[in-house]
Amino acid sequence: MNKTNNDWTAQIYAIRDTQDQAAFAELFAHFAPRVKGFLMKSGADASLAEECTQEVMATIWRKAHMFDPSRASAATWIFTIARNRKIDALRKQRRPEPEDLPWGPEAEPDQAEAIGLKQETEQLAIAIKELPEKQRILVEQAYFGDLSHSEIAEITGLPLGTIKSRIRLALERLRHAMK
Amino acid sequence: MNMTDTIKHHLTPEILMAYSAGTLPEAFGLVVATHVSMCDVCRAELDSYDAVGGAVMEDATTADLSSDALAATMKLISEGNITPEAPRRSTGTLPSPLQDYVGGDISAIKWKPLGMGVKQAMLPTSKAATARLLYIPAGAAVPDHGHQGTEMTLVLQGAFVDEEDRFARGDVEVANEDMEHTPIADMGEDCICLAVTDAPLKFNAFIPRLAQRFLRI
Repeated sequence: MNKTNNDWTAQIYAIRDTQDQAAFAELFAHFAPRVKGFLMKSGADASLAEECTQEVMATIWRKAHMFDPSRASAATWIFTIARNRKIDALRKQRRPEPEDLPWGPEAEPDQAEAIGLKQETEQLAIAIKELPEKQRILVEQAYFGDLSHSEIAEITGLPLGTIKSRIRLALERLRHAMK
Repeated sequence: MNMTDTIKHHLTPEILMAYSAGTLPEAFGLVVATHVSMCDVCRAELDSYDAVGGAVMEDATTADLSSDALAATMKLISEGNITPEAPRRSTGTLPSPLQDYVGGDISAIKWKPLGMGVKQAMLPTSKAATARLLYIPAGAAVPDHGHQGTEMTLVLQGAFVDEEDRFARGDVEVANEDMEHTPIADMGEDCICLAVTDAPLKFNAFIPRLAQRFLRI
């Protein structure tokens, strides 16, 4: 299907294009236990986490057409869906979201960009793993929501440089193309 | 919504990371969503914090689902409403996330006069922090509105100048209670801002300690 078929892009496209239940089952087997683990670590009990995970996975099916591998990896995209569900379920407050970009996902996102982003994302994941243990644990706690925001301030300086530049260049390129 | 290429004052990394983690009080989330709607620099930075979240979730301890979870999810999908959502895009002065709270663009704001031509409109958010729109006539000074803790001010129209710098559309100023500042609107145009502060009586760990952090900046 494409060259990056080990990063879940192929499965998400199969869901988008042919409502492929086998592809969805593969995605589910990998991500559902991670989403549930994330929600439980964030304070949901097992039954709420189970219910929310099923809703998150259903949202992935419904929003498959919104996935853009040149802007976010599958793990990043699924994280944002799980994070949103977490806020709705656990915090019970409205959740202001930035407005959508003036373009939707391209039908055929630029392969080089998608591969570049995939590499940057992998490098970021490795860099996080290789952080000193104390800092790495703080990063995890920040995302599981049991870290105060001032403590978050202590862990800035994450190695975001290259991925941030790549995302920004992609935004600029697309903005320019819209003019 | 036209992106503002001239934004000089951005959100701080800890605010963006907290938004990505989903732990900000609603009112501060509104500032982030509104600023990011206008600012590609912060959108890219927020996307990169989402990538950190994705990496953390990927490596986190997994939790087994019930044996019928996949079937239950397929049932949810088959029952669900699959009408695609229209993109949220504002053509007005206020970015979409703010229009969602106002119920429309500038003309829909229900202003309450504060005197001297200054007006405000409170926006409904959770109690952990409060959000209001401020209207400052061109050339006028912002009256003391008694902010405590951390205040973030995002310019939506016009500009203001204070002891620190000049802030124009899209710029966000992060101030704490120890920062003495008297913003004055530019002469050219009436200034409209979104001002968010932690509620004075609501004392949570976030604000005072974040304020301490800003003191050092």
